[in-house]
Amino acid sequence: MRSLIDILDLSVEELDEMVKVAEDIMANPAKYAHKCDGKKLATMFYEPSTRTRLSFEAAMYELGGNVLSVASAASSSAAKGESVADTAKMISCYADILAMRHPKEGAPLVASMNATIPVVNAGDGGHNHPTQTLADLLTIHCEKGRFDNLTIGLCGDLKFGRTVHSLIAAMCRYPNVKFVLISPVELKLPSYVKTEHIKPSGHTYEQTTDLEAVMPQLDVLYMTRVQKERFFNEEDYLRLKDSYILTPEKLRNAKEDMIIMHPLPRVNEISVAVDNDPRACYFKQAYYGKIMREALILKLLEVQ
Amino acid sequence: MNIDSIHNGIVIDHIAAGRGMQLYHLLQLDKLDCSVAIIKNVNSRKMGKKDIIKVDGTVDIDIDAIGYVDPKATVNIIRDEKLVEKRDIVLPERLVNVVRCKNPRCISSTEQELDQVFVLKDRDKGIYRCLYCEAKAEG
Repeated sequence: MRSLIDILDLSVEELDEMVKVAEDIMANPAKYAHKCDGKKLATMFYEPSTRTRLSFEAAMYELGGNVLSVASAASSSAAKGESVADTAKMISCYADILAMRHPKEGAPLVASMNATIPVVNAGDGGHNHPTQTLADLLTIHCEKGRFDNLTIGLCGDLKFGRTVHSLIAAMCRYPNVKFVLISPVELKLPSYVKTEHIKPSGHTYEQTTDLEAVMPQLDVLYMTRVQKERFFNEEDYLRLKDSYILTPEKLRNAKEDMIIMHPLPRVNEISVAVDNDPRACYFKQAYYGKIMREALILKLLEVQ
Repeated sequence: MNIDSIHNGIVIDHIAAGRGMQLYHLLQLDKLDCSVAIIKNVNSRKMGKKDIIKVDGTVDIDIDAIGYVDPKATVNIIRDEKLVEKRDIVLPERLVNVVRCKNPRCISSTEQELDQVFVLKDRDKGIYRCLYCEAKAEG
């Protein structure tokens, strides 16, 4: 029985296989419409989420399965003090697979250690968000046609941005990838991501605070939101939240075939004027996320 | 300086100078009733200076904790005032309930029944990370 806690739980070969399944789902959705008939997905979200929960639920419905959902921690037994381990054991009695979001880092791992069904980490605090990375990878694959020979700019909150850390870890496994890290000094990428992922892979990276200066070299621009919920101090949040706002003017020097990604939700870091630019991929990214979650559910439930 | 020889117990030798006290706390030697000596800054031909801990009593020592603090330390088991066993220390792959995770966002900070588990990530640099949140081990 497999779970997905960290994107690196999946090998490159497994990711390639999931991308192939995802492409087949997009080409032939009817073929997959009853693959999970009679199966139940439980979604336990202890932190606010709209798209990730809906994406998981939509994915399960597309496969013909059903969904058991707890809307928030306030309405769950966690409010009564139940441990994550006990919750995982209990849900194993009701569902075939569990998707869990939790504000505490490591909570889905604890759930997977106690559940008898596959557990998917749907985001654990500022730590990991592997299914967002699956969405990001399918977006890059479908829009750029490859995972190698890319210059990827990551912009915004690189310190607390869990999607950034997971995407870097995943992309480090492909050849000839360069990372351009664009952030305010206070929100720089943690050094362990560089020393444990980028440096051992032999890839290069560049750190800057100037988005426009590096724009011409980028094949992918991955924007992120400065997340209020990751700050202990509201003053710091207010000072940093508007550090980068992507506008059509700033895109003037960007490559014609560059793609703009964002894990969503955005606040104001991408101007709505950019939405009609053909390079904007962030809404398609949400679609790819649902497809990859379908591929993941099939894989973890071992449905052929 | 005179420290009585041990009848039955343990001598932790070749501890890097300055780390003896950290080991004393990690091994919870303050909770023992038997005689415990920490000898700091002993002259050593090999190391220049070293710390030594002597415990005069039959106790279970967490070898993993010693490996975490100083993998170059040595452990000598003494019975009837004689050296009966020398144990080599290695950096353990996992530390269970040796150090606590200091990340307030970690699940282990709120769910007290969870074991505090750290996993060796870099043997050369001796870096351990929390199994749950991947925060670096400190202290």
